[in-house]
Amino acid sequence: MANVANTIPMNRFDLTSRLVRTLKQDEAVIGGIGNSNFDLWSTGQRPHNFYMLGSMGLAAPIAFGVALAQPERRVFALEGDGSLLMQLGCLSTIAAQAPKNLTVVVWDNGVYQITGSQPTPAAHAGADIVGIARASGLKQSEWAADEADFEQLVDQSLVEDGPWLIGARIEDVPAISQTERDPVQIRRRFMEGMGSR
Amino acid sequence: MADETAAGSAAWHKIVTEKLKEHSVQLVTYVPDNVLRPLIDAVHADDYFRAFATAREEEAAGIICGAYMAGLRGLMLMQTSGFATLPNVIASLACAAQIPLVMMVSERGTLGEFNLGQSMVARTMRPLLDSLGVEHHTISRLDETDFIVDRAIGQAFATQAPVCLILSPLLTGGKVLKGKKNG
Repeated sequence: MANVANTIPMNRFDLTSRLVRTLKQDEAVIGGIGNSNFDLWSTGQRPHNFYMLGSMGLAAPIAFGVALAQPERRVFALEGDGSLLMQLGCLSTIAAQAPKNLTVVVWDNGVYQITGSQPTPAAHAGADIVGIARASGLKQSEWAADEADFEQLVDQSLVEDGPWLIGARIEDVPAISQTERDPVQIRRRFMEGMGSR
Repeated sequence: MADETAAGSAAWHKIVTEKLKEHSVQLVTYVPDNVLRPLIDAVHADDYFRAFATAREEEAAGIICGAYMAGLRGLMLMQTSGFATLPNVIASLACAAQIPLVMMVSERGTLGEFNLGQSMVARTMRPLLDSLGVEHHTISRLDETDFIVDRAIGQAFATQAPVCLILSPLLTGGKVLKGKKNG
């Protein structure tokens, strides 16, 4: 993970729980591949959650599509640093279209945790994911210093125009449970949550 | 007129935009391609559509899948080499979750290709679609364009299945290397 001044490593499940508790009502949340969606699942199965089981790197683009379809609904993507690294171009795509209702949360532990915690190239290089996002055109990109700061940033993104990107340094701790692997049911439930079927 | 052929029938891209409207397909994501230019220009010029370029085809597919799940229908445009970057997304997102990802590919690599890389990668396209069981149709005639686009898009949404429409150089003219043919 990036060695960012004034930020502490936090726990992904704890932060995911805080985010879900902060939601006002029917905000959409897209959990990226692996531990990002596992910990979202572990907070309780809202029909407004989509658990992405494959297509590594696409949590933010999927969330962006949801945001385009329903501009009145706030939409969150929860994505790992390794996943985002696969699809950095999407940051500029999102910045160019400037969806006001989209927030991308990046869990940065600097490792591919689910495959054995191998360090990412970005971690080796000392790259700063939030800095990359800003340089990609997402001006409202911030590191969460601690849990309270994370909640404050989520709160802000719920009421002020986006797009937002919130980076959170997290520990190398696995998710507390795993998502049921039924993509069709996940898609159907999510569509019911979105009122689109 | 730009939208008419010499015979007076509508150009392929005009037929495509009409069919998209009939099926309420409003979102168009693409990685640019020269042969697709008239269609890209047409969707940008028409307020009915929301159209924009993405940095990579996978993103374009992810956006279309997300939008569909939230009630907005979309189409993604690319060329053959871009399609070759997509198998994991088609398999693990569109096929696995049964999402009607509608793809349109401008076919390179055949009928006058000058770039060996394009002709090699083009050979992977139909076997890949067949191996995933994804419906695909090659449009080579103007008089079949309306029928194929209409039915293929309709079936995709009715059956929650991805579909790929391949635009042959026979339809679009394709892309050829300018210069002498005997050199």
